[in-house]
Amino acid sequence: MVQAAIELVGINKSFGAVHANKDIDLKIEKGTIHGIIGENGAGKSTLMSILYGFYQADSGEIRVDGRPTTINSPDDAIKQGIGMVHQHFMLVQNFSVIENVILGAEGEALLKSSLAKARSELRRLEREYGLEVSADAIIEELPVGLQQRVEILKALYRGAEILILDEPTGVLTPAEADHLFRILAQLKEQGKTVVLITHKLREIMAITDNVSVMRQGQMVATRKTGETTVEELAELMVGRRVLLRVDKGEARPGEVRLSVRNLTVVDSRGVTVVNDVSFDVRGGEIVGIAGVAGNGQSQLLETISGIRQAKSGQVLLNGEPIDVTGNADPGELRDRGLAHVPEDRHYVGLVLPFEEYENSMLGYHDRDFYLRGPFLDIEAIRADARDKIEKYDIRPPNERLKTANFSGGNQQKIVLAREMEKDPNVLVVGQPTRGVDVGAIEFIHRRLIDMRDQGKAVLLVSVELDEIRALSDRILVMFDGRVVGERDSDADEGELGLLMAGVESREAAE
Amino acid sequence: MAIPHGKLPGWADYGLLPLINVIVAFSVSGLVVLLAGESPVRAASLLVEGAFGSGQNIAYTLYYATSFIFTGLAVAVAFHGGLFNIGGEGQAYVGGLGVALVCLWLDTLVPWWITFPVAILGAALAGAAWAFIPAILQAKRGSHVVITTIMFNFIAASLMVYLLVGPLKPAGQMAPQTRTFFEGGQLPKLNWMLEAFGFTIRSSPLNISFLLALVCAFLVWILIWRTRLGYEIRTQGHSPKAARYAGIGEARIVVITMLISGALAGMMALNPVMGDTNRLQLDFVTGAGFVGIAVALMGRSHPAGIVPAAILFGMLYQGGAEIAFMMPNISRDMIVIIQGLVILFAGALEHMFRPWLAAAFASVSPRSVGLGRTGREGA
Repeated sequence: MVQAAIELVGINKSFGAVHANKDIDLKIEKGTIHGIIGENGAGKSTLMSILYGFYQADSGEIRVDGRPTTINSPDDAIKQGIGMVHQHFMLVQNFSVIENVILGAEGEALLKSSLAKARSELRRLEREYGLEVSADAIIEELPVGLQQRVEILKALYRGAEILILDEPTGVLTPAEADHLFRILAQLKEQGKTVVLITHKLREIMAITDNVSVMRQGQMVATRKTGETTVEELAELMVGRRVLLRVDKGEARPGEVRLSVRNLTVVDSRGVTVVNDVSFDVRGGEIVGIAGVAGNGQSQLLETISGIRQAKSGQVLLNGEPIDVTGNADPGELRDRGLAHVPEDRHYVGLVLPFEEYENSMLGYHDRDFYLRGPFLDIEAIRADARDKIEKYDIRPPNERLKTANFSGGNQQKIVLAREMEKDPNVLVVGQPTRGVDVGAIEFIHRRLIDMRDQGKAVLLVSVELDEIRALSDRILVMFDGRVVGERDSDADEGELGLLMAGVESREAAE
Repeated sequence: MAIPHGKLPGWADYGLLPLINVIVAFSVSGLVVLLAGESPVRAASLLVEGAFGSGQNIAYTLYYATSFIFTGLAVAVAFHGGLFNIGGEGQAYVGGLGVALVCLWLDTLVPWWITFPVAILGAALAGAAWAFIPAILQAKRGSHVVITTIMFNFIAASLMVYLLVGPLKPAGQMAPQTRTFFEGGQLPKLNWMLEAFGFTIRSSPLNISFLLALVCAFLVWILIWRTRLGYEIRTQGHSPKAARYAGIGEARIVVITMLISGALAGMMALNPVMGDTNRLQLDFVTGAGFVGIAVALMGRSHPAGIVPAAILFGMLYQGGAEIAFMMPNISRDMIVIIQGLVILFAGALEHMFRPWLAAAFASVSPRSVGLGRTGREGA
């Protein structure tokens, strides 16, 4: 029997009426990589927050190395040797790496000695785990992969024996993710324990030793990774069989609906973020834009949908130009049949403090359908919202609930319902399933394929390569603001990965 | 405005929380009174007595409240659009100019009920005009309205001094004020309203603009929650990015919101100028523009909260004067301290008791708190 690094016994935690963790038992063996998967809202984050001292459990016991302990704050957790790498990094952007590492552990009033100590410690960690980062680099100048490494270093510097990583690969390129996995393997070899929270089943299969599945606040199963399958895990997560592959027929592309010509966008800092991009999207096809986050896809979407101004170039919607270099009006583009599901549903696609029905018309609120003169036709709006709730299975089915209280998947359905139900002929979609649970992903993918089959032109931007490959009929890869390649949907994943990293052909890489 | 920290049932959010804040403010004020060597209990009873003790006193309380309803609504409308209009003071001051010009022009020609609507228009237009330049500067140049509206308060003060010692002052008069309006420029008093409840009133400044303030509160509710424009204002206020996405022109909304806000602030002038003194005087606003900020904060930018909050401040003004009069050790300045404490607890520290109250609710009646996890995720 391997000794348990962490043992949770009978953990319960409620927030008001929501029982976020129900009688959780979990044993994490020392020196292993333990995956925890579950849909959004299954209680993974709550459980880890209890372990890290953000929340206190209502009942239950935490044992670290066999000793019962109480963890009342992140400080306690660190003292127990538990470190956490958050999904959103907790780094001071304009500090150097070493300054971030000692933050909160500065020691004395003068930094000199602790900086020197940190420097030698960093060199040791670098040697042992292959965590190379230049100690004096400024955080904001580092790519996200390296920033994440700094987070790991921070935890190790504080003497973490147990490292919790919350959705660590969401922001990484495939290559960066591979590198992270090598680091984690190395940590394991040195006897550290790693807890990996993710919703990506593939990662679980690739690097974990054991995996625990959570559903609706309960721990439904723990398996040895070698003895389970992706299908079984998916079923455990959702509680029913899930189609992991999207069934779709042949595309029947029609006429060109959206045409982008030599589009160049310069952001407020003067950086060229979209560089001479040209492509067409036809009715009845899904064109996917793959790429690592931050390579100009977001700006491309915003420009096409009239939110951001372009420096030069042309965009034609149904053959008619959009004034992208002047004052394109997103409202007018909607009237012309361009619907937009933005990447950021929290601050762009939705107004979170609004009630659900108020968001169900955002952007379409100037349509006569919703108005009686200058007044809102509240009855019509609510009835329309209820229709959409039913049609898109939005839960809970309550149009008077604050939008912030819906889960990520249901919020995304609110946006999709709004944008799809007005019968657009071009649909521009950014990150349709980011932060969305598996069950809803299946639904959203289905709807996007339906749109395509109805002859709509769909432009899809996603950082999830799997999603792009599953849905797209053609794939464009963006790197550094340019479209560096176009491939069919059955393109080799490795080749796409290289394109995403800016290597234009395999030969060039070798 | 900022996203609330926790979730509370509506009545607790809009009723209980402000009540707790007020009670704490009064408790601290009690300490101040104690330090000054007077009895807090007697001060409290004087305050209540002074504000509500007689028909006369109630009339004065409501008279002050009238001004605060207007300025509170002005600040609230701007809040909904994500704008902080600190210029209520100046807009109300210039609004007074609008009222006075209309009254000086019409008071000898027509009865009050014809002058009144024109004066409303004059007050609203003048107040809106004073908010227009800061609005345009914000919309087109990004100059923050907080800064520009404060500056416009000073400009308004200087402008009015110039007008009242010069062009608007009747020849041969010493005081910096216009001539007194004739009957056609005087609003009827509302004494009958209180007398209907059995009070006796000798003389009071409470006038018909109180009813106008209530009508405006209702209209603001309609505007914000029941019109397309209000929807656009709220979208812009909560999330400018979402507004841009929805095709809502930011510049247009900023300007319109500030115009409405300025118009409401300007209409405050009807109450003292046309309703009470019947002439335009220096400094007639006496801080009502700033009190409007506290009223809007305390009333959670909702008309149904603003009206009671305005009455509370009316009570502080009226009852406070009573305390200063009756207690030799309490000066007028100490009343300002007490008012300041209420503003501090109701406005600035508005969220101090919220997490505590939310936790109390969560343990006592979980269902009232609603779904969802607390906002500490990722903290």
